[in-house]
Amino acid sequence: MSEPILELHGVNKSFGPVHVLHDVDLAVRAGEVTALVGDNGAGKSTLVKCIAGIHAADSGEVRFRGKPVHIHGPRDAADLGIEVVYQDLALADNLDIVQNMFLGRERGSAWLLDEASMEQAARQTLASLSVRTVKSVRTPVSALSGGQRQTVAIAKSVLWDSKVVLLDEPTAALGVAQTRQVLDLVRRLAEQGLGVVLISHNMADVFEVSDRIAVLYLGRMAAEVQTKDVTHGQVVELITAGRSGDLGLARPDTAVV
Amino acid sequence: MTATKVSARESAQTGLVTVAKGRLQQLLAFASLIVISAFFSVASPYFFSYDNFTAILFSTVVIGTLAIGTTFVIIAGGIDLSIGTGMALCAVMSGVFLVDIGLPLALGVPAAILFGGLIGLVNGFNVAVLKIPPFIATLAMMLVAQGLALVLSDSAPIYFTDVAGYTDISTGNLLPGVRFPNAVLVLLGAALVAAVLLTKTVLGRYTYSIGSNEEATALSGINVRRWKIAIYAFAGLFIGLAGVMISARLGSAQPATGMGYELQAIAAVVIGGTSLSGGKGSIVGTLIGALIISVLNNGLQIMSIPQEWQNVILGCVILVAVYTDMIRKKET
Repeated sequence: MSEPILELHGVNKSFGPVHVLHDVDLAVRAGEVTALVGDNGAGKSTLVKCIAGIHAADSGEVRFRGKPVHIHGPRDAADLGIEVVYQDLALADNLDIVQNMFLGRERGSAWLLDEASMEQAARQTLASLSVRTVKSVRTPVSALSGGQRQTVAIAKSVLWDSKVVLLDEPTAALGVAQTRQVLDLVRRLAEQGLGVVLISHNMADVFEVSDRIAVLYLGRMAAEVQTKDVTHGQVVELITAGRSGDLGLARPDTAVV
Repeated sequence: MTATKVSARESAQTGLVTVAKGRLQQLLAFASLIVISAFFSVASPYFFSYDNFTAILFSTVVIGTLAIGTTFVIIAGGIDLSIGTGMALCAVMSGVFLVDIGLPLALGVPAAILFGGLIGLVNGFNVAVLKIPPFIATLAMMLVAQGLALVLSDSAPIYFTDVAGYTDISTGNLLPGVRFPNAVLVLLGAALVAAVLLTKTVLGRYTYSIGSNEEATALSGINVRRWKIAIYAFAGLFIGLAGVMISARLGSAQPATGMGYELQAIAAVVIGGTSLSGGKGSIVGTLIGALIISVLNNGLQIMSIPQEWQNVILGCVILVAVYTDMIRKKET
């Protein structure tokens, strides 16, 4: 088992009186897909946004390659090599694929963008991910299908020599064939040595691509298990009740009736 | 290796199609410009002449300059209603700098242009930092600018009679031996600079991306607030330039003018294919849009059609331009 590339210890986050994350621990390993699952409102997206620097955690420690780091904004996360692919696809529709992939990190000087270099790098990245569904890297994103957009969003995240990629429900709005493509892509990211965190509601997807499963229950990390050690049923129990047999939170939540 | 060659060729082909699609509204606008010009050429013997064409270009300068700046704001998903009265204020400031204070031309003119940038900067601050909707923020600035123009000039025109060379900025002929007013050169120069900035630089890229998806732009690590202020401030420079150009043309700063120019400029931008919902547009389109308005005004005047009807026709042109753009969007 490799050392975790990204570790979270005791992360807490509140929005006003609402305590969203309670002492959350999470480890992401290079070359593995860690699925982050949990019911609606369990805190998955909040956790991702804390890692990405969109929200500042109230307390807790983030370690990257064993060293404590402080992430105060998307830029800090990106500098470490942490990239996030958001659920609502953070792409600008009117810009083409190249422009989107390099948005915020354009090549060339501020007064003269180096379009040729960006175009070539975008094409290479897509090729390295074996993406063949995109015809031209100069197609505006608005003209792409849902799967293609997801592909572009993921390719954007790996363009930066990134070490950790967090994917927030990448298959939520996709058809069967497109889901297939995106899951293949997720697997390929891990094979290239990246630490991948996949948020998903779809158990079939989770069991298909993940190496480990981390279950959030009402803002607490209920369990972090190897995918091969658990069954669908156990994971569903962990998601809905926070515990399943020996696994899960020691004391079941009193709210459960 | 052949694979990359093939994909490169494919990309070039689909790229061309994409470019053609993106340019369609411009092509349509350009075609309308030709058709309208052809119509007037047939309808009136006075329309088709070198002198009339330079007159049309000359009359495009002020609206065109304002429209170029506004193109940036509109592509970024905003709107600027303060450009008309802001222009009048900048004209007055030009008078204050050159006539009242007596600065040399080389200082006073840039100062007046920079003052336009200041107007834009305040607009940008109000929109980006105070989060006031652009329509309201710039509507307020429209009133502030109109009031300030009157206050600073004591509600009287400021004449540039004693400022040597000021009117030459507009009506002089820099090109030797040709009757071609400098104002048109200024407009073309401004358009060229704006077009390069919009297509080749980070400023232009973020202008499109903010107008296209502000949230995505922010998530990509771009300081949207700062860039919005920069975009409004940059567009403001064109308010200042328009103020200089109109006062140089008239030989005086008229504090009570300006109202109504903003709508003509926005009309030019929209006719040129820039989407009011942001993310899409071009400087070439805006120039064509401004020319269409000038040609219409000029041609209808030559045909002795009353001013009231000219406005009716201009209004209809705007409707047609926006409607064709919407139809085209539905098809894609």
